[in-house]
Amino acid sequence: MTTIQCTINGQEQTIEAPPMKRLLDVLRDDLHLTGAKEGCGEGECGACAVLINGDLVNSCLVPILQAEGTEITTIEGLSIDKKLHPIQQCFLEKGGAQCGICTPGMILATHHLLDKYPQPTLSQIQEGLNGNLCRCTGYMRIFNAVQQAALTGVAE
Amino acid sequence: MATTPQIVGQSPLRKEGKAKVLGQAQYVDDITLPGMWFGATVRSTIPRGRITSINFDPSIPWQEFTIVSAADIPGENTIVHLTKDHPCLAVTHVNHAEEPILLLAHPNRSLLPAAVAAVHITYEELPAIYTIEDSEKKEQTIWGEGEQANTFKTYLMQKNQTPIPEEVWQTADFIVEGEYRTGAQEQLYIENNGVIAEYSATEGVTVRGSMQCPYYLVHALELVFNLPAEKCRVIQTETGGAFGGKEDFPSVIGSHAALLAMKSGHPVKLCYDRAEDMAATTKRHPSRTRHRTAVSKDGKLLAGEIDFAIDGGAYATLSPVVLSRGTIHAPGPYHWPYITVSAKAMATNIPPHGAFRGFGAPQSIFALERHMDKIAKVVGLTPEELRRRNFLSTGDSTATGQLLRDPVDLQHLLTRALEESDYHAKREQFDRENPTSTIKRGIGFASFFHGAGFTGSGERRLNSLVEIELTPEGLPRILVSSTEFGQGTNTILCQVAAQSLRLPYDQILIAQPDTSHVPNSGPTVASRTAMVVGKLVERAAQSLCATLVASGVLPQDYTPEDFGRAARSYLSQHGALKSAARYESPEGIFWDDETYSGEAYPAYAWAVYVAEVAVDTTTYSASVTNFHTVQEVGRVLHPILAAGQVEGGVAQGIGYALYEKCLWQNGHLANNQMTNYIMPTSADVPPIRVTFEEVPSPHGPSGAKGIGELPMDGPAPAILNAIEHATGIAFNEIPLLPEDIFERMTRVPNAGTESLNPDIAGPIFSEATA
Repeated sequence: MTTIQCTINGQEQTIEAPPMKRLLDVLRDDLHLTGAKEGCGEGECGACAVLINGDLVNSCLVPILQAEGTEITTIEGLSIDKKLHPIQQCFLEKGGAQCGICTPGMILATHHLLDKYPQPTLSQIQEGLNGNLCRCTGYMRIFNAVQQAALTGVAE
Repeated sequence: MATTPQIVGQSPLRKEGKAKVLGQAQYVDDITLPGMWFGATVRSTIPRGRITSINFDPSIPWQEFTIVSAADIPGENTIVHLTKDHPCLAVTHVNHAEEPILLLAHPNRSLLPAAVAAVHITYEELPAIYTIEDSEKKEQTIWGEGEQANTFKTYLMQKNQTPIPEEVWQTADFIVEGEYRTGAQEQLYIENNGVIAEYSATEGVTVRGSMQCPYYLVHALELVFNLPAEKCRVIQTETGGAFGGKEDFPSVIGSHAALLAMKSGHPVKLCYDRAEDMAATTKRHPSRTRHRTAVSKDGKLLAGEIDFAIDGGAYATLSPVVLSRGTIHAPGPYHWPYITVSAKAMATNIPPHGAFRGFGAPQSIFALERHMDKIAKVVGLTPEELRRRNFLSTGDSTATGQLLRDPVDLQHLLTRALEESDYHAKREQFDRENPTSTIKRGIGFASFFHGAGFTGSGERRLNSLVEIELTPEGLPRILVSSTEFGQGTNTILCQVAAQSLRLPYDQILIAQPDTSHVPNSGPTVASRTAMVVGKLVERAAQSLCATLVASGVLPQDYTPEDFGRAARSYLSQHGALKSAARYESPEGIFWDDETYSGEAYPAYAWAVYVAEVAVDTTTYSASVTNFHTVQEVGRVLHPILAAGQVEGGVAQGIGYALYEKCLWQNGHLANNQMTNYIMPTSADVPPIRVTFEEVPSPHGPSGAKGIGELPMDGPAPAILNAIEHATGIAFNEIPLLPEDIFERMTRVPNAGTESLNPDIAGPIFSEATA
C-alpha cells in the first residue's frame, strides 16, 4: 500500500492504495466517482477519460502512483451546484448524448479541446475527439454540441 | 378549446439526458449492493470436443469461492430463445470456443482472473467446422440430424407460390449471376454486457442489468430455476448501447449470475470486460448470397433466384428469425414477376451469432444492391435507370404478395437523394478527374426498405400490453418494458403521451422497466417501439383521459392545471387509476408461415442512401468522404433523435463496409480488443446528411413508422457501389480492407479497370439469346 495525495474536483484527497492500482478503480471503487466508465481497459475508447493537470488522460492506464500531487477533474467536478456546465448543456440540447456511456469522457475531451482551441475548426474537433469512441451517434450531433459550446465561449 | 401544445415533431430534451451529461446515470457496473460478490466464467478453450476432466489447481483457496456447474441448475439446463438446444452450462461436450462450463464467485473481484486460469479442463477434441461451406458438406454433423443436420432453419419464399417457369430463363435477354458475402460484425456497445443477481428462497430471483428485453430474461430464468414468472424479477438499468447485442445475450449472463447468487447466498455482479465480451458474446451473422436474375434488354427484372445462407454459429439462438427478416428483405424494393428465395441458417463451431441492428436485412440488401449495379452494367443502363424501371410503387405486390396500400414513392426519393448529393455532376467530375489522379473518387447509391415491427404474425403472438398510471401527485407515468438504450424510447413515448393527453412533456413520467411493476410491451427490437408500442401508449393515454372525463372530474376541454386537479380528485375518490392498451392486429392483415406469404410487416420505411468515396491507389485505403441519406419513415416524432439514429446507423454501416473485421482463428475471435477490431472514430466519419420525407402512416402514433434499423441497411452497398465507380472493380465482399483492395488491384492487369476474365472477376454474367 502506498499513500497518495492529490486534488480531485477541487478537494484534497489522501488515498491509501496499492501503487499500481488503476486511477479508474480508485475513482470508481474507493471514491465512488462512477462517472468515469471502463469501456476497454486498454486506452482505446476514452470512456474513462479524466483531466490530470488539464491534460486529457485515460484513467485506465494511470497507476495511482502517478497521481501524486496532481489536480484531477472528473465529470462530477464539471458542474457547479448541480448546474450544468455549458458543455454539458450543449450536449444535452444538441443530441450529443444517446446511450450516455461515452458522454462523461466525451465532455471532458471537449473541455480539453476548447481549452486548446476556443474556436475549433471541424477537423480540429474530429482530431480532438478521436480518442473517444461513440457507437451511437455517428459523431455528427457531438460535433454540433462542441460547436455550440465554442459559440457560448466556455473556455474561460 | 384550450390550445394543444404540439410536442410530437419537436425535439424536447432527452428524458434521462441530464443524468447522462452529469455522469450520474447509473449503469450496472456503477451499482454496488450490500454484501455483493463478483462472478466470473470458466470457458472452453477449444471449438468442439468432449470434456474429459476438470481439475482445480491446489494453489487457489477454493473454499473461499462459490463454484457453479450444470449440476447446480434447479430447472432445465437451457437458455431458451426459440429452441432448447443451447445449454446454460456445458456438461459433457462443448460446441464452440468460449462456451461456459463453470461459474465462479468471490467477494474480491481481483482474485477471479487467476482462479479462472487455475481451473484446468482437458478435452478429447472433435473436428470443428467454421464456414457455411463446411457446414453444408455435412461431413461433420455438429447440430441436428438427418435433413436438419447442421441446419437451424430453411425457408422457401416464392412469389404467389409459383416456381419460376423454365421459359423465363430461356427467353430472357440476359441472365446475371453473382455471389456476395458479408462478415461477422461486433455490436461494440461501449458498455459491456453486465448484470447483478440476487436470490432469496421466498422472493425468487432478481436480476438487474444492461439489456433490451427484460421479459426475455424472465422467460429464461423461469426455465433455469423452475420458478413461476412472478418469482423471476428483472430490472433494466441504464444501458450503454445495445444494437441487438443485448437482445438475446442477457438471458445467458443473467441466468449465470442468478445461479451464482443462489449458491453463494450473496448478490453477485457479473460484468464482462471487453476481451470477454467480444470473444464470447453474439455478433452479426456472416452471410453468403447467390443471385441469378433474368432480365430483359430494356432492364426489366423478369425473375430472380436468390440463395441466401447465414452462419448461425454453434446454437440456434435467434438465427431462424434473423434468417426470416433477411429472406423477406432479399428481393428489395423492386417489382419481380417471379422470385424465389431459398434461405438457410447453418451451424458452425463459432460462438453463436445473434441479433444486431438490421437482423439479416443488411446482409441480403448488401447482396441485392451490389447485384443491381451489376445488372445495370450488363444491360447497359445507369444504376439509376435500372432501379427506376423496377421500383415497387403504391398498389404493387411485394415478394410475399403483400399489396402496398400506403403511399410509396421511391422515384421521388431517388430523385431527391441524387439532387441533394449532386450525384450526376459528381459522377461526371470523378470520371473526368480519376484517370489523372492517384486518388480515385466515386459516388454510388443503394435503394432499400425495412419493415417495422415483428415479422408476419409476430406482433399478434407478442400481444403487447402498455399501461399508464397516475402517480400520487396526479402525473401520468408510462409503464412499459420497452427499454431506453440511447435510441430515445423514454423521450418519444413521453412525447406521444403528452400529445394525446394534451399535457406538457415535462409532466409525463416513464417508469424504469421492472417486471414486477411494468407490463410486457414486448422486446425493444425490430424497429417496433415507435410504431407499435407508441400506438399503444397513444391508446392508453386516450383511455386514461376518457376515464377522467367519464367520471366527471375532467371537462372535455381542459388545461394542464385542470388535468392535475382532476387526477388528484379521482385518486382521492378511487385510490388509483391505471389505463391499459393491448395490441390489436390491423384489419386485413394476413400472414401464412407455411408459404411465407401475406403481410410481412404492417409498414415499411423506404430510403435511398448516396455515398462518396476516395480510394487512395498508393495506400489502397478507401474512405467515405460524403454521405447523403433520404428516407421516408412516416411522421418524425423527434427530429434530433431521429437524425441521430440515422447518423449512428450510417457510421456503423461504414464500419461494416470498410473497417470491422472479425478474425477467427480455430474458432476463436483473435482480435477481441478495441485495439485491433477497428470501428469508426470521429476522424473517420464523413459529413452525414439526413433528409426525411414525411408521409404519415396509419399504423403508428401521429403517423410514425420504425426507424432504428433502416440506416444499417444502405451504407455498405452504397459504399461498395461508389468504390466500383471509383476503381472500376466490383468488390462483392465486406468488410473491404486496404489489403483486400491491394490484393485485387495488384492482381488485375491495368489496375483500376475491371477484367472480365472469370478467373479474376468471378462469373460476371451469362448471356442467353432469345
